[in-house]
Amino acid sequence: MTNRPDDLRVVPGEVPDDATLVADFTPTLVDVGAHHLCPGCGEPVAIRAVMDALALLDLADRCVAVFGIGCSTAFSNNLDVEVLQALHGRAPSVATGVARMRPELAVFTIQGDGDMANEGLQEVLHAAARGERIVCIMLNNGVFGETGGHLTVTTTVGQRTKNTLEGRDPAQHGHPMQIAELVAGLQGVAYVARGAVNDAGNVARTKRMIVDAFTVARQGLGFALVEVLTMCPTGWFVPTDEAPAYLADTIASTHRVGVLRSELP
Amino acid sequence: MERGLVVTRQLAEGSAIVAHALVEAGCRFFAGYPMTPFTEVLEHMAEALPPVGGLCVNAESELEAVGMVWGAAATGARAATGSTGQGLSLMQESIAEATMAGIGFVVLNMARGQGDYFQATRGGGHGDYRTPVLAPSGPADVTQLVAEAFDLADRWRNPVLVVGDYYLAHTWVDIEVSAGPTVPRPAPAWALDGTSGGSGRAKLVSPLGTAKQRDGVGYDLSEHYAACDRRRQEMTAGITPRSESSAVDDAEIVVVAYGTMSRLAAGAVAELRAAGHRVGLIRPITLWPFPAADVLRAADGARMVVVYENNAGQMIDDVRLALLGATPVVGINGFRTDSSAFGIAPDATVDALCSSVRSLLGGGR
Ligand SMILES: Cc1ncc(C[n+]2csc(CCOP(=O)(O)OP(=O)(O)O)c2C)c(N)n1
Ligand code: SF4
Ligand SMILES: [Mg+2]
Repeated sequence: MTNRPDDLRVVPGEVPDDATLVADFTPTLVDVGAHHLCPGCGEPVAIRAVMDALALLDLADRCVAVFGIGCSTAFSNNLDVEVLQALHGRAPSVATGVARMRPELAVFTIQGDGDMANEGLQEVLHAAARGERIVCIMLNNGVFGETGGHLTVTTTVGQRTKNTLEGRDPAQHGHPMQIAELVAGLQGVAYVARGAVNDAGNVARTKRMIVDAFTVARQGLGFALVEVLTMCPTGWFVPTDEAPAYLADTIASTHRVGVLRSELP
Repeated sequence: MERGLVVTRQLAEGSAIVAHALVEAGCRFFAGYPMTPFTEVLEHMAEALPPVGGLCVNAESELEAVGMVWGAAATGARAATGSTGQGLSLMQESIAEATMAGIGFVVLNMARGQGDYFQATRGGGHGDYRTPVLAPSGPADVTQLVAEAFDLADRWRNPVLVVGDYYLAHTWVDIEVSAGPTVPRPAPAWALDGTSGGSGRAKLVSPLGTAKQRDGVGYDLSEHYAACDRRRQEMTAGITPRSESSAVDDAEIVVVAYGTMSRLAAGAVAELRAAGHRVGLIRPITLWPFPAADVLRAADGARMVVVYENNAGQMIDDVRLALLGATPVVGINGFRTDSSAFGIAPDATVDALCSSVRSLLGGGR
């Protein structure tokens, strides 16, 4: 850690007259750089990867994002792409309605694991099997971050959550579901991958996966899913700086990173 | 010119007329999950939409049907879904929240009987919201009312319900139908088409409001809820409650009935009038907003108001509220239904209603 003297801190709106902007770190297609999520949260990193992929493919003015309900919803009114907010679990059917009426657009969802795999599991499975030309992005942190860190269907064995205080015990709490594997087994699916945002290498690989997912969907080859493992230090009850390692050691050992299926020519 | 340009005369079943009405009103997206007697409309839509470039999706559940319609309507298309009571129960979260997102679409409740009156008029979902409810009497006026439902959904950016039943779905009528579908209206300015992305002012359609963080308001929802409340009040004041009445001026007994039951009641009133009895009928066309003032006016001078409905007595509450004790109210309801469970009440007949009203008049013959 470097010690930064207080007088070097830039306070928004209080920049001295003679200051020159050296670099603007506000990510592409994100309106306001500062977000209200927890320090160390992986979701802003994942959303930035999605926005970067859209910019790379030049899709900013040819796309509609459909948001689910979870911590990432905080970004639904903070993006410079068109956004349609859906209810908890309902994003894949809502995205289907948009994509069917506007087949020329890149239509995608952003959902948490609680949203996609708990509340709305049938939605994503049906959309996948219908071969909808949409991209579903699941930010998987293994908890309901938004409600305070509760068990989801992806919570790994032994993982502590607010309602599995001694860790998830399959005998009591059932087994984790692997969503990417589940979706990859369906006909109608053209691309499935699982990325992570715990280090720079994985962020870069995840961005590539998202680019490929959009490419496949745009070519009309079928449904695409990218699951992204994201840190949730708050819901995991681990210190912020330990969350990336916790992701690698605990979450990613059940939910393994990689490309599961690709029809990319 | 009246809607439904008349060109051909056909023998058609009610469910086909409902589907025709939707397409003619410009509906280009329909999603549904089978349940009798909604299934019949879904089947006709699957046939009617592709030739006009529309889409009918067999949703895997009612939850997904209304989700798809949420998405299609957000692109500015006229979209509709529907079901029978149970399916409507499943859709309630989306119907309630669509009012907050400003997404308008039409929902058919091809109900089994009239037991879903409370669900339709009170809103089966959560929160302070309202949905306009239109009740066609049968195949004859469903075309007009479906078109009006879409106009209301567009005007108020709110879901609108059209309620029917098994009788409507299965009554064959000799009817005049129009040449073809109207051209869908252009998408409104708020609708999503993807193109505002990257402009610095990308569109947002959301039940959480459309204020963006760049406007410096964050997630203070109270402003949005207050705006929704204002819009709901404006809608309530902006929709004229409608009804149709006959022979009420000198009536001793006024019958109140909607939908299929209003047609049976019309038959009974005609028969009783022919026999010299002073009986009248008022039929609410909008169930919400309820035509309370019309009911009060129709009941003026009457000895009694009879509410005739194919349920255990639901609209009777609205009639009582309309009259506020001014006239005694009697319910004729609670009909036994047949073994099909489709809401067919064999004892709800013109003859039976005539004799009930006669005994209420005190002059059984
Ligand atoms: C129908 C419904 N049930 C419950 C909730 C409450 N709720 C809001 S967010 C959430 C869980 C979100 O978890 P997840 O999708 O994993 O997103 P995260 O917060 O972890 O990013 C729940 C249960 C809701 N909004 N709607
Ligand atoms: S609770 Fe977890 S997912 Fe939610 S903002 Fe905090 S760290 Fe992110
Ligand atoms: Mg989560």
